[in-house]
Formats: sequence, C-alpha cells, structure tokens
Amino acid sequence: MSTLQQTQNQKKTGVPGKSKSMPKPVREIIRCKYLYLIFLIPFVYYILFQYWPMYGILISFQDYNVVKGILGSPWVGLKHFEKFLLDPYFWKLVRNTLLINIYSLLWGFPAPIILAILLNELKNEKFKKVIQNISYLPHFISTVVVCGMLVNFLSSDGMINQLVKVFTGTSIQFLMDPKYFRTIYVASGIWQSVGWNSIIYLAALTGVDAEMYEAALIDGANRWHRIWYITLPSIAPTISIMLIMNLGRLMNLGHEKILLLYTGSTYEVADVISTYVYRRGLLGNDFSYATAVGLFQAIVGVILVTSANQISKKLGETSLW
Amino acid sequence: MSKKKPVDNAGIGARIFDGCNILFMLLLAFIMLYPMYNILVVSISSAEYIYRGEVNFIPKGINFDAYKMVFENESIWVSFKNSVVYTVVGTAINVVCSAMCAYPLSRKDFYGRGFFTFFVALTMFISGGMIPSYLVVNQLRLINTIWAIVLPGAISTYNMIIMRTFFQNIPSSLTESAYLDGANDIQILFKVILPLSMPIIATMTLFYAVGHWNSYFQAMIYLNSKSKFPLQVLLREIIVAGNMAEESADLSANMQIIAINFKYAVIIITIVPILVVYPFLQKYFTKGVMIGAIKG
Repeated sequence: MSTLQQTQNQKKTGVPGKSKSMPKPVREIIRCKYLYLIFLIPFVYYILFQYWPMYGILISFQDYNVVKGILGSPWVGLKHFEKFLLDPYFWKLVRNTLLINIYSLLWGFPAPIILAILLNELKNEKFKKVIQNISYLPHFISTVVVCGMLVNFLSSDGMINQLVKVFTGTSIQFLMDPKYFRTIYVASGIWQSVGWNSIIYLAALTGVDAEMYEAALIDGANRWHRIWYITLPSIAPTISIMLIMNLGRLMNLGHEKILLLYTGSTYEVADVISTYVYRRGLLGNDFSYATAVGLFQAIVGVILVTSANQISKKLGETSLW
Repeated sequence: MSKKKPVDNAGIGARIFDGCNILFMLLLAFIMLYPMYNILVVSISSAEYIYRGEVNFIPKGINFDAYKMVFENESIWVSFKNSVVYTVVGTAINVVCSAMCAYPLSRKDFYGRGFFTFFVALTMFISGGMIPSYLVVNQLRLINTIWAIVLPGAISTYNMIIMRTFFQNIPSSLTESAYLDGANDIQILFKVILPLSMPIIATMTLFYAVGHWNSYFQAMIYLNSKSKFPLQVLLREIIVAGNMAEESADLSANMQIIAINFKYAVIIITIVPILVVYPFLQKYFTKGVMIGAIKG
C-alpha cells in the first residue's frame, strides 16, 4: 500500500508524503526496490558475460599470461596489432573475408527482395502461405546439418557428382578445390536464408494500400509498372536499411560455417579473420594476438557501418540513426 | 474484401507471368525440401541401390538397419540426452532471465531506466569477442560443465527488447489495480504480466530452444569430455569430419555405404525435433519478427 500512496502523492503534489529528508535517488530506489530485485540477476549476467569480456579486450595490448591475469601481465602497446598488420597473411585474410562477403551481398542481398516481390504477386493466399512456410524451413536447420548435407552431396560419389558424371564422365572434388569454395558457401547461404530474410520485406509490403494497386490498374498500369512504381518504392526504405547493415558487416564473417566447410586445400580462399582468431587463440593459445586481431575486425566493422550510414544520410535516404 | 489485391486477368502477358511465377515457386519449394527428403530416402534404402546411385526419389530396398545402428550406438544416445538437457535448462534460463530483464525496462517509472536501457543495448554493438569471452568462462571455472553452455548466452539482448516492447503494450491500469490489491512488483510480474504474455513467451521459448538445439560452437570450445557433447558436436564428428577423412582413407566400398546410410540416419534424428516443433514455430515467429521490426 505504501508504494501506491507514495506514487499517488507524487502525482498530486510532486512532493512525496513521507521521508522528505531522504535525497531523491534513495527515495526512488526504495520505491522501485522490487523492480531492482528483479533486475539484479540480469544485471549480474550483463556484468559477468558482457562487460567483463569487454574489459578483457585489454589483453590485446599485453603479453597476456593466464597465471598472472590482466593486472599482472606486461603491457606491450600495439605490438600485436603491428605484427598482424605487417604479416603478409593479413592481406589474404582481409581479401578472403571481403570477397566472400561481397559475393554473398551480390547474390544473397537481392534474392529475398525478389522472392518477396514474387510472393506478393501470387493471387492464391493459401498457396502463398505454404510456399512461405517451406521457404523459412532451412533457417531452422542447424549449420552442422547443412554442412553435413553439403559434404555428402558434394562428395566424389554424392548426388551432385552423379549428375556431373553424366555430363563430363568424371567427378569433381568440390570441397577440395579452392575455386568452388565461395560458390558453395554463397549458394548454400542463400538456400538457408532467402525465405527468412524475405519476411521483413513482406512485412513492409503488407503496409501498402490496396487502393494504390487499384488506382494503377484503372490508369492502365501493367504488372511491371505496378512492381516498379508501387511495390519497389514501398519497400525501398527497408532495402536501404538492410543494405547499410550488410555493408557494415563486410569485414565480419561468422566462423561457424567456414570451420565446418574448409579443408587444408581450401585455406587459401576460405580462411577468414574470425576462423584465424579461433585457430590462433583457442587452438594455438595465443590469446593476446588473437584478441588484437578480433579487436581490429570489430573496429573496422564500426567504421564501416558508421560510414555506410553517413553516405546514406548524405544521399537523402533512410539511415539507421 | 478491402485487403484483397485487385485482380487483373486482362492480357496474355499477365497470365504468362502468373504461370511462370507459380512454376518458379514450385521449383523453389522443391529446392528447399529436396535435400531433406533425399536424406530421409537414402537413410532407409539398402546399400547396393545407394551405391549404384539409384536412390533419388523413391526408397529402394527399404530397411531400417541404419536406424538400428543409430539406436544401438551408446554415444549417440548420450549426446541426444545431453542436447535435450542443454535445450531445456538453457531455454528455461533464457526465458526467465529475459523476462526479468525486460519487465523493469518496460516500466516507465523504473528509476534509472534510461541508464539501464543504454547499459543493456550497448552490448548489441560492442562485445568482448571470442577470446575474452572464453577467458571469462575459463576464469569462472565453467569449462566442461553445462553452465558454460547455458549461462554465457542467458539473455539475447535482441530477443529481450522484443519482449520489453510487448510488455510495454500491456495497459498500465492492470499493474495499478494489482498495486491496489497489495501486490508487489515481483508478484505482478509472475501473476499478472507473464500470464498475459503467453504469445511472446511461446515465441521466445521456440527461438531460444531452436538456438540451443542447433548450436555447436560453444559446446565445441567449452566442453572437452565426449560424455558431455551435445548431438550437434557428435554429428560434426560423424558427418563432417568423418567424411573429410574418408576422402583419403581407402575404406572398402561397402563400409563407405554403411557409413553414408548411418550418417543420414543421424541427420534425420537431429532434425526430427525441429520438424516436430516447426508447425508451432511458424505460427509464432512471424509475430515475433514483426514486433521486433516495429519498435526495434
């Protein structure tokens, strides 16, 4: 009851009825004490598993020693960053990361937009629903299963090679050959995500007024006109926001799928910054160096997303913030 | 009626377009489903037909030997059980913690709301990264325990914000009348807010559960005894790593076929739980995505 009275009093007069002597923060905290109690566990979680690792980034400026800890390890300044940037392998990693991302963007970015537009053109709502639900399904299949399917279908006597053999007589070692790696990565990525990524565009399309289509029809617009002048403009803001976000991620590439797909013979095209961090850090126990590499990637990511946003703002398009 | 799009059947061009569109959609559905269908068909076919490459659409020489082998394999059972435990415990922690984080942040009268929202949202843009996170888990002595799997990702900030948005839309008059009845905020959360939030709780449960069931990387880096591996890690060893070795090792043809059969049966066992929850999933996730998109 007291909590309520207090809130009511505050509403009426702006001055709480009791405990006038206490400073405002203390009063407020007491008023919200149960909310604070609820928030305690999440707060501890964020401190332990989000902010403590951020503090751990300091080891990239140290020669970190697990026994000595962050406070006891010697500081070495930018040594690890210099070492990484001067390593000839650095360029290969950057190139691989960028190329895989650019190809993914080139093929993978338009795909869900096209799918959404085509789904929008379907007249039978039931059929549309069924197709949508089927297209989302691969999103829920685990990376391990997807890569397992790829490895088996692409193996020398797998499904794909049986087809290849019919036409060429020989089989291709897809996963051993560097020239196929990006194609496999990008194509399977589209398979996994095209349906799921189309949801956001379809959501934008549900907001389009049906009267616009009707009016266009009366004015004699055909399909292409309607797609070009009504559908596309109405999802354009969504498209540009998604594009900014994707450009911001150009230097970030997840390690999970690549770790499952790359082999010794495809390292030259498949090894990217995040897999390198994993190998150097967790397999090689070179914690400081790997953290420096990871931090470098994160900083470039922030710069990229900020500048993409800036450019988009300048062009008068939508921006993230 | 007003929601329906106008239909124009005028012009042959429009009809051709519609026809092609439907064909394209059918092709798309085929591409999405066929890999999984093929896995299923091969897993119940007999070795000689698989070897000759005759099993594409219809299972030949139907038998369940591969499944028998899977069920008799003890490490698969252990991993399956581990996966179930990690998923159930992990999801319970996820949902409870996310709700406990989202509720105070959804209350306009929560003192320090702005600061705490920033405190939480910042982690979506900045994170410690792989190595520092690993070192923290290591320092907390969680390596090779279930806690290394379920605690580091206890709250997905993105999901939590979706939940907060949902809570915000619950009329505050409900909270106020509960106050009048003498309830405190903890009671209000569990007895008023959560029962009203079942759609979002269901969505979150499914999202988190699928995430746990499908994840392998955390388990791979944080667990080192085989008896604790979840299914995905074991699957990785069987189907991905195993196949890579197979390219060089010269197993007899027959051995290899049994292996393929067996591998596919394991894949089926791994995706069946997902397929079972999928109808529920698809009912809820679009809703979840929408709520997130509106006020993300």
